[in-house]
Amino acid sequence: MKSMNVLIVGVGGQGVLLASELLSDAALRAGFDVKKSEVHGMAQRGGSVSSHVRIAGQVRSPLIPAGQAEALMAFEQAEALRWVHFLRADGTAVVNRKRLVPPVALFRTGPGYPDDPLSSVRARSGRVVSIDAEAAARRLGNPRVENTVLLGALSGCLEIPETAWMQAIEARVPAGTIDINREAFRAGAGTAVNGEDA
Amino acid sequence: MKVLLSGNEAVARGCHESGLHVATAYPGTPSTEILEAIASRYTEIDSEWCPNEKVAFEVAMGASFAGARALTAMKHVGLNVAADPFMSVSLVGAPGGLVVVSADDPGMHSSQNEQDNRLYARFAGYPCLEPSDSQESKDFVGHGLDISVSFDVPVMLRMTTRVCHAQGVVRLGERREYPVKGFQPDPRKFVVLPNHARVQHVWAAERLERLAAFSESSPLNREEPGRRDVGVVTAGISYQYVRETLPEASVFKLGLSYPLPIERIRRFAASVGRLFVVEELEPFIEEQILAAGIPCEGRKWWPRLGEFSPDVVAEGFVRAGVLERGPEPPAPVAVPPRPPVFCPGCPHRGLFVALKKFKALVATDIGCYTLSVYPPIAVGDICVEMGASIGAAVGVAKARGSGKGIVATIGDSTFLHSGMTGLLNAVHDGAGITVIILDNSITAMTGGQHQPGTGKTLSGAAAKPVKLAKICEALGVQRIRVIDPYDLNQTGKVLGEALDSSELSVLITNRPCTLYPPEIRKTILRPPFRVDPDACIGCHTCFKVACPAIGESERRTDKGLSQSRIDPILCTGCSVCSQVCPVQAIVRGPEGSGK
Repeated sequence: MKSMNVLIVGVGGQGVLLASELLSDAALRAGFDVKKSEVHGMAQRGGSVSSHVRIAGQVRSPLIPAGQAEALMAFEQAEALRWVHFLRADGTAVVNRKRLVPPVALFRTGPGYPDDPLSSVRARSGRVVSIDAEAAARRLGNPRVENTVLLGALSGCLEIPETAWMQAIEARVPAGTIDINREAFRAGAGTAVNGEDA
Repeated sequence: MKVLLSGNEAVARGCHESGLHVATAYPGTPSTEILEAIASRYTEIDSEWCPNEKVAFEVAMGASFAGARALTAMKHVGLNVAADPFMSVSLVGAPGGLVVVSADDPGMHSSQNEQDNRLYARFAGYPCLEPSDSQESKDFVGHGLDISVSFDVPVMLRMTTRVCHAQGVVRLGERREYPVKGFQPDPRKFVVLPNHARVQHVWAAERLERLAAFSESSPLNREEPGRRDVGVVTAGISYQYVRETLPEASVFKLGLSYPLPIERIRRFAASVGRLFVVEELEPFIEEQILAAGIPCEGRKWWPRLGEFSPDVVAEGFVRAGVLERGPEPPAPVAVPPRPPVFCPGCPHRGLFVALKKFKALVATDIGCYTLSVYPPIAVGDICVEMGASIGAAVGVAKARGSGKGIVATIGDSTFLHSGMTGLLNAVHDGAGITVIILDNSITAMTGGQHQPGTGKTLSGAAAKPVKLAKICEALGVQRIRVIDPYDLNQTGKVLGEALDSSELSVLITNRPCTLYPPEIRKTILRPPFRVDPDACIGCHTCFKVACPAIGESERRTDKGLSQSRIDPILCTGCSVCSQVCPVQAIVRGPEGSGK
């Protein structure tokens, strides 16, 4: 079994933790050993949030060593850039085209919000899939399924069968949103297959 | 059956499977989810939030005295609060079984220090179990209770942030039932009068010798043979990093890290070339191995401060010359930080925005409101530990000779935890300070737990809520005022009066947390505000309230300055920003409404 290290990053409140739970659950259902790690607490107050998900025959460390993630999934462009050093040189970055400027950047005391984080990520990745997940989610009728769209886009890099994904979605998302989450997943998977930048 | 559980959820599962009867805690990151998981999933266990860790410890201790299997959970610094019963009960024992979870926080993700509580286990003479993943977190609860009952001793289950919050695959088992044995009166054991305690101290010392013998034979400590030139003694999460980075090494894995199986370690050391000790924080294992006359290398290669990672552990092996350096990982890129901030609508924002004008000396406390220290609000001069604000403010007043202009800010949960005695002292002392209780009616920083003021228990059952104003009155405070932190003018006026006075004042804010409990959102949301593009002059004064809902828009003023924008989804309609705007450009109504 090919081992996979996925780093999922975003801003507190965006749904990073639910996305990493869905991925871990799907991987477990597909027969892999899984560990995932994130830190709760201060980071949830609008801070930068990262979740390490490791999938293999046997996983030891719950943390991915720097430069060894096969995939980086970012809910926000600058967060993709903040964490891109975890990605292998030949790794894939799945990046939501959203920009969230932190309040501290407004005071211009430290580094400002980067002009074009996506192209900097592109320069440091093997492959970049950038999508406007919120627009895709809105087209389906619920902007909150943005994270499932991104997971769909990520799924192309992973050896997890679609049935495992669908079972994980059924088990983990709020009742009443199962169908729209399934559609969101497939929409995300479709964009990643159809082209690099949907 | 195999499921994915965090270390904390696995501890809760372990409580279920090993027949636990009573679980207590005060919330504290990274330990909070243990009691939450017990209360929501394993309702056969009597679980409760206590006002502080000392009380939580004492309740679990009493349950164990009466023959129940008990567990109490706390973050590392919580054990400082519970240190008195923790140390003293060593001479009594824990006949029903008592596991004390200490959730340490290497790297200080959410803590004021990174103390290594294994030192406490040795200090009190308790066995220390260190799980390295979720499976062990579950299993070690049962092993801990078994050891506790067999040796009549409290057992420390020492977790760390990375074990508490990492999820891993866990094989589940069934619940085993144990009867509650009942209290067997024995004053020489349960009443620690000096003449009793002197005898018990000898017993406790002998108990530690028997535990050391147990550790020598326990399968919780195991050798994993590999390459003979390199041997590694390790425990907890460090074990996983060692196996990841140097998979071919011989490893001596400690599950029971105190008392050490020192003779087995001696034999292991003799069987390998170089002996390394890899452990986070204090050289707890290393110093004991060295004291036993066994040469080993630990702190020479790995740092004593901060959290480990596979990269940190690998770097140590590289520097020690037993691992080849891999390709240099790419360097991180500088991106603006995202420090945590007050949520949109947070009642603390208005209070601190109003307080900032007075340039008071502010001793603050542990909770969400500590975030006021960050710019741009930047209010708060002192913060040390839970409940310290009031005592510290009184001390500053003594040094200055007056309490005028000296403020203590403390949350409702922290006040009930350990602020009340500080306030009692302020009354007794006649200190003329101003105490502000930020009553948001929840324990917010740890994720919204109930406390005696909220009217609900951990299980969600109704409880009689205590009233903070009445407590203050009963403690002897004469000047008590309730203030609305969303009203900057009124808040400022009351603050001014209190700060000018040489008498003790207590001001209590009256707006709830906007996040917890989740159902609060239905009652607190008011129509959002927007920025009137005809009025906004681009002065960015509104940025200074540090609200995540406020940012820059694409619009420019005639002078080319960027105008502000309010995100209507994030805005809760609290109105604080509209009160600081010098030109009344922030008005109620969603973006695009009005003109």
